[in-house]
Amino acid sequence: MKAGYRKAIVNTNAEIASNIFEIKLSYPKDENFQGQPGQFYMLKAWEALDPFLPRPLSISNIVGDTITFLYEVKGRGTQFISKLHPGHTLELLGPLGNGFDLNIEGNIAIISGGIGIAPMIYLMKSLNKKVDFYCGFRDEAYYIDEIKGYVDSVFVSTENGSLGHKGFITDIFTPEKYDVIFTCGPLAMMEKVWSMCKGKKVYMSMENRMACGIGACLGCTIKTRYGIKRVCKEGPVFSGEEVFFYD
Amino acid sequence: MIETKVNICEVEFKNPVIAASGTFGFGREYSEYFPLSRLGGISTKGLTLEKREGNEGIRIYETTGGLLNSIGLQNPGIEGFIREELPFLEKQDTVIIANVGGSTIEDYVKAVEKLNETSIDMIELNISCPNVKEGGMAFGIKAETAFEVVSQVRKACKKPLIVKLSPNAENIVNMAKSCVMAGADALSLVNTFSAMAIDIKSRKPVFDNIIAGLSGPCIKPIALRMVYEVSRAVDVPIVGIGGITNYKDAIEFIMAGAWAIQVGSGNFINPNISIEIIEGIEKFMLDEGIKNLEEIRGII
Repeated sequence: MKAGYRKAIVNTNAEIASNIFEIKLSYPKDENFQGQPGQFYMLKAWEALDPFLPRPLSISNIVGDTITFLYEVKGRGTQFISKLHPGHTLELLGPLGNGFDLNIEGNIAIISGGIGIAPMIYLMKSLNKKVDFYCGFRDEAYYIDEIKGYVDSVFVSTENGSLGHKGFITDIFTPEKYDVIFTCGPLAMMEKVWSMCKGKKVYMSMENRMACGIGACLGCTIKTRYGIKRVCKEGPVFSGEEVFFYD
Repeated sequence: MIETKVNICEVEFKNPVIAASGTFGFGREYSEYFPLSRLGGISTKGLTLEKREGNEGIRIYETTGGLLNSIGLQNPGIEGFIREELPFLEKQDTVIIANVGGSTIEDYVKAVEKLNETSIDMIELNISCPNVKEGGMAFGIKAETAFEVVSQVRKACKKPLIVKLSPNAENIVNMAKSCVMAGADALSLVNTFSAMAIDIKSRKPVFDNIIAGLSGPCIKPIALRMVYEVSRAVDVPIVGIGGITNYKDAIEFIMAGAWAIQVGSGNFINPNISIEIIEGIEKFMLDEGIKNLEEIRGII
């Protein structure tokens, strides 16, 4: 049997860019977190019934007995989580979902848009291969230094030009150099990536509103080439050809 | 010794806690967290005669103390259920209730006829789903319309028949009486409340269908009142549903007149919530010297 929600303790919880937070957690006892890159946890930082639902956050890293989540404050739940201080507890359920395929060959590119960078640190670390990283942001770039240690080249774009290329990350992405692409970010960006990478392996991490996180409520479904799929259970990682199947 | 068993229409539940339709799938996901045999019963995801893909657009939206949903009865159809899901459920040693939805009386009747030949223990007739066009809830608003569909289904149904009521009924007590007159063996209530949300930035409704179904702790006091009123008006067993997230809520419903309760949205915030409720009820019975839940059922 799997464990249900378990208490974890906040080690740090810092705003690393405007509205972007990094939280590090440990279990109270010497126990390690489980999970593959691309998998996620449901988090609850409230005992009362409001907010009601837990929030899904993908694993940003696991080092020793510490798990890291990078998150953007979007609604009441993430706002609640962002107010936690070291020593506070929250509850976690996971790891959930399928995660990225790590058994791959060829030249690899990772492309993230905004907070889509969250699962990519752990992915880069786990791939342990030569990787080029393309990360796009709207106004403010973050997590670039953390990435640098793991990859060969980092390409950055910001829409306001504050760092790197001014514009979209897909403007400077050169698909011909790669065989396998991992991407996470706004759907429009991932669709553009997919359209540039036909014939290549494209793995994309999807997001959606979730209630249960375990596949029961059917709240987070998407239409795919192979029928209706649950982002929390059959995903969050899908292949590009599954998601963009209309032509 | 305490006795948590409940007998509803000659079907024995080992305890009064049932997983509510639409929040528990067909049990598979939760079976990874606890043995389903711990439950009193499981009401399946709402089944329709034909397979349905469910609604487009946003399907769930959190609100204060609960959530709105517009899933739209995504389900494998009756035959898909019998083929793919029932063999798994049969092995779980708990009461299996097939929840049946439909758009026409003929669909309901055909669906029930197919289920007659299976091992399911009971049928829960969903005349209360607000999320599909002409789907179910159309039958759950007016007592006369409900009488018609329940009568027809009753004639066709060889299993004990629970009718699941909508809180959106014009008059919940008249609705309950009408369903019992039409042949319901038991009633479950309530399904979700018709509700909506608006995205003020886009100036559009959150849901493609505009109207969605509200559930969770925010509806509990109203659901409790409806169970109380209905249990005093009819002589069939009542299954209480509506925002139950702990044993205290469950006991309240039992005191209001419910024979058993269903846990719905609560499953989303904690997959083990039903087990915690069962254990809470047992402890409450021990602490309060209650030997059988009948002692407190409907004492209000």
